[in-house]
Amino acid sequence: MNSRITDRIATGVFYTIAAIMVALLLYLFYFILANGLPQVTWDFLTSESSSYKAGGGIRDQLFNSLYILVITMIITVPLGVFGGVYMAEYAKPGKLTSFIRSCIEMLASLPSIVVGLFGLLIFVNKMGLGYTIIGGALALTIFNIPVMVRVTEDAINSVPKEQKEASLALGITRWHTIKTVLLPYAFPGILTGAILASGRVFGEAAALLYTAGLSTPSLDYGNWNPLADNSPLNIFRPAETLAVHIWSVNTQGLIPDIREVANGASAVLVIAVLVFNILARWLGSVIHKKLTAGK
Amino acid sequence: MNYTVDSPKETKKEKLLNYSTQFNKEVVLDVKNLSIFYGNKEAVKRANMGIEKNAVTALIGPSGCGKSTFIRSINRMNDLIPSSRAEGEIIYDGINILRSDVNVVALRAEIGMVFQKPNPFPKSIYNNITHALKYNGQKNKQALDQIVEESLRKAALWDEVKDRLHQSALSLSGGQQQRLCIARTLAMEPRILLLDEPASALDPVSNAKIEELILQLKEDYSIVIVTHNMSQASRVSDKTAFFFNGDVVEYDDTKKIFTNPSETKTEEYISGRFG
Amino acid sequence: MAKASVSSSAHDRLILTKNNRRWDEVRGRALVTTCAVIMIAATIAITIFLAQKGLQSFFVNNIHPIAYLTSTNWNPTGENASYGIFPFIFGSLAVTFLSALVAAPLGIGAAIFMSEISPKFGKKVLQPVIELLVGIPSVVYGFIGLVVLVPLVRDHLPGNGFSLFAGVVVLTVMILPTVTTIATDAMRSLPNSLRQGSLALGATRWQTIRKVLIPAALPSLLTAIVLGMARAFGEALAVQMVIGNTRDIPGSIFDTSATLTTIVTLNIGHTTDGSIENNTLWSMGLILLIISFIFILVVRYLSGRRKV
Repeated sequence: MNSRITDRIATGVFYTIAAIMVALLLYLFYFILANGLPQVTWDFLTSESSSYKAGGGIRDQLFNSLYILVITMIITVPLGVFGGVYMAEYAKPGKLTSFIRSCIEMLASLPSIVVGLFGLLIFVNKMGLGYTIIGGALALTIFNIPVMVRVTEDAINSVPKEQKEASLALGITRWHTIKTVLLPYAFPGILTGAILASGRVFGEAAALLYTAGLSTPSLDYGNWNPLADNSPLNIFRPAETLAVHIWSVNTQGLIPDIREVANGASAVLVIAVLVFNILARWLGSVIHKKLTAGK
Repeated sequence: MNYTVDSPKETKKEKLLNYSTQFNKEVVLDVKNLSIFYGNKEAVKRANMGIEKNAVTALIGPSGCGKSTFIRSINRMNDLIPSSRAEGEIIYDGINILRSDVNVVALRAEIGMVFQKPNPFPKSIYNNITHALKYNGQKNKQALDQIVEESLRKAALWDEVKDRLHQSALSLSGGQQQRLCIARTLAMEPRILLLDEPASALDPVSNAKIEELILQLKEDYSIVIVTHNMSQASRVSDKTAFFFNGDVVEYDDTKKIFTNPSETKTEEYISGRFG
Repeated sequence: MAKASVSSSAHDRLILTKNNRRWDEVRGRALVTTCAVIMIAATIAITIFLAQKGLQSFFVNNIHPIAYLTSTNWNPTGENASYGIFPFIFGSLAVTFLSALVAAPLGIGAAIFMSEISPKFGKKVLQPVIELLVGIPSVVYGFIGLVVLVPLVRDHLPGNGFSLFAGVVVLTVMILPTVTTIATDAMRSLPNSLRQGSLALGATRWQTIRKVLIPAALPSLLTAIVLGMARAFGEALAVQMVIGNTRDIPGSIFDTSATLTTIVTLNIGHTTDGSIENNTLWSMGLILLIISFIFILVVRYLSGRRKV
C-alpha cells in the first residue's frame, strides 16, 4: 500500500479513537444526568433513606460522605503534605529514600478492597470498634496519603530554585524556608491536588464497605454532642456513604424504587465529583494569579 | 579549545600560594587548596586565593570554568547539590568554614549572596527586607522600619520605592528588583557580599547603577563578584582572578591583569580571543 | 543579629553548638521525618497483618496451598467443604488481560492523537474528558453496567447478561483513562528531535509514529498498560455488579464468572471471623496484595528500561 494512503488511514483511526472517548463521556454524563436529575429533589436530598418502602432519600448518606471526607482530609492533608516536604526537601538519594518511595508506590497501587480488608482486620476485628466513621476515614487515609505526598512533592519541586536559594542565602533555616517560601508558593498546586483527591475519596466505596459499614443509625441532626449515639458528629458510629449506598441498594436492596434511588444518588455523586474538579481548576488558577500578579 | 597550561603544575601552584600572602591588606577569606567535586568531576582544582577586606574581587573566565562553583562554596550554597563535595580550606575569621560542624545558617547571614536572576519573594517590598530579620527575632516595628529604610538607601533604591513599600516586589523593574535583593542582603548586616553575575540579566542602565552601587558598598563590605563582562570587572574590582577549566590561572591586581597579565591564557581571554 | 555578635568569637557564632542551634529546624525535620516513618509503618503493617491473617488457612486450617490455588471446586459450606479458588484466579486474570487488550490500543491511540495528531484539540477537549472519566466513581460505572450493559448483552448476545464480557467492558472503560493519561505523558516527553529527524528523512507521520516514536516510548507505554491492568485487577464493586459471581470457570466469555475481589467483597462480611471459609477469604486478600506487589515490580523493571 502507498505510504501516504496508510498515513491517511492511520490518521482516520486516531480521530475515530478520540471521537469514541468523547462520545463515551458524553453518553455517560447524559445517562447519569438525564436519568438522575429528575430524581434529585429537595425532598430526596433531605429525607431519610428507607430499607423497604419506596420514596426514601439520601440525607444521611450525603452527610456521611461529606463527614468522612472532611475527617479523612483532616488526617491526610498534614500527613501527606509533611511527607511530601520530606521527600522533596529532606530525603537524600540513597537506599532509605528509595525504600520510602517503594512504600508510597505500594500504598498508591493497593486495590481499595485490600485497604478495606486491612481496615476490617485492624478496626473491626482486632480493636473491636465495629464499623465506624473513624475506621472508614483511616482506611481512606491509607490510599489518599500517597496522592497528597506526590502532589506536594511535585508542587514544591516546581517552585523556582531561585526562591529557595534567596531564602537560604539570607541565613534562614531550611525549615523556615519551607514554611515561609516554598509552601506558600506551592499552595495552589497542593490545594488543587487536595480537591481532586477529595473527589476520589468522595466516590470511594470498596474501602468503606467493611470499615464504615452498610448502615447508619437513626440520627438526630439537632444533637451536636459528638459522643452521643444518635449524633451525626459521632465518629464511632457506622456510616453508609453515598457511593456505598448505590452499591448496596443495587446488590442487596429490598426497596421497590432501586433504580430511582440509584439514579438520583449517582447523579449527586457525579455532580459532586464534577464540582470538585471545576473548583480545583478554578481555585488553582485564581490563587496562582494572585500570588504571581504584578501588584 | 586545545590550550594546555605552559608551565608545569607544581610551579604554578607555588606561584599561586605566593599570591595569597603577598598582599599587605587584611585578608578576610583565605582560600587554601580548595577543590570542589560534582560526583567525580573536579569543578574547582586546588584553588588558592586571599580575598581582601573592603575590596572588590572579581572572578572572571569562560562559562563552566568553575567561578560560580567557587563563589557558591564561600557561603556553602553548594551544599544544596547532593553530589557536591569540597576539599581544602576556606579560612574566615579563624575558622575553616568547610568544616562539617559549621552552622551554615549563621554563616550565610554573615556572608550574603545575590544571584544572577533577581529573585525577590512574591511579597511586598517591605516584607522582602523584613522576612529574614523577623526570623532572626527582630519584631520591633520601629527598628524594622529603620532597617528597611537604611538598607534601601544603601542599595540606592529608597527614593524610587519609599512611597510604595507595601506594593508587591514583583511590580518593580528588573534592575530595581536586583537592588532590592541587594538591600535585603544588606539588611542582615553581612561582612562579605557575594555577587554571582548580579547584572548579567539587566539592561545597560540598571547595569551601570549596580556597578555604581558596588563601588559605594566597598567602603563597608568585602565584595566578591562573578562576572562575564570584562569591562565591568576592570571598572569595579581591585583584584581579579581568572578561572579556566577549574584552575585559578592568575590572580592579581585588576590593573595588572588587564594591562600586563603574566599568563598567556589570561591575555588571550581578556583580549577576547575565546570565551 | 549578625553585627551584634561580630564581637563574639567566630567559634561561638559559627560552630554548631547547643546555643546557636536552630531548634525550629530540628523540630521541622523531626515532624516531616515522622510522617515519612508513618508511611513506612503503614506499608509494613498492611503487609504483616494481611500476611499473618492470610496464611492462617494454610497453617491453622491445614488447607494445602497448592490445592487451594489449583482446585476448581469452591464449595465452602457444603458437607464435603472444598476450597479451590482457581476459578476466581482465572476470572481475575481473564478480566484483567482482556480489558487491557482492548484498552491498550484505544488508550495509546488516544495518547498519540493528543501528542501527535491534534495537540490543540487534545489539550482543550480530550484532556478534560479523560480527567472527568477518571473522576467517575467506580460504583457509578458498575451501576451503569448493571442497568444498561447487562440488559443489552442479555437481549443481543448469548447468556443472561451477567457475564465475563460485561465485566471486561466495564473495566475497559474504567482503565481507559488511566492508560491514556500515562501514555500521553510518555508520548509528550519524547524529544522533538526524534520527530523532526524522522520527518526530515521523508517519513510520513504514521511511519514516524510507528517506527520511531512508539519504539522510543515503548517502556513507558507498557508501564501505562501495566498500571491499567493493576487497576482492573484490584477493582471490586464495579465488576461484582455485572459479572454474575458464580463459582465455576466460565465456558465462554458470555458466561457468568467471578473474580478474587468480587468473592471477597461478597462473602467476607457474611462469614464468621476465624471460620475456615473466612480464613480462605483472607488468603484471597493476601493473594491480591502479593499480585499488586508484582505489578509494582513490573512497573519498576519497565521504568529501569526507559530510554527517554
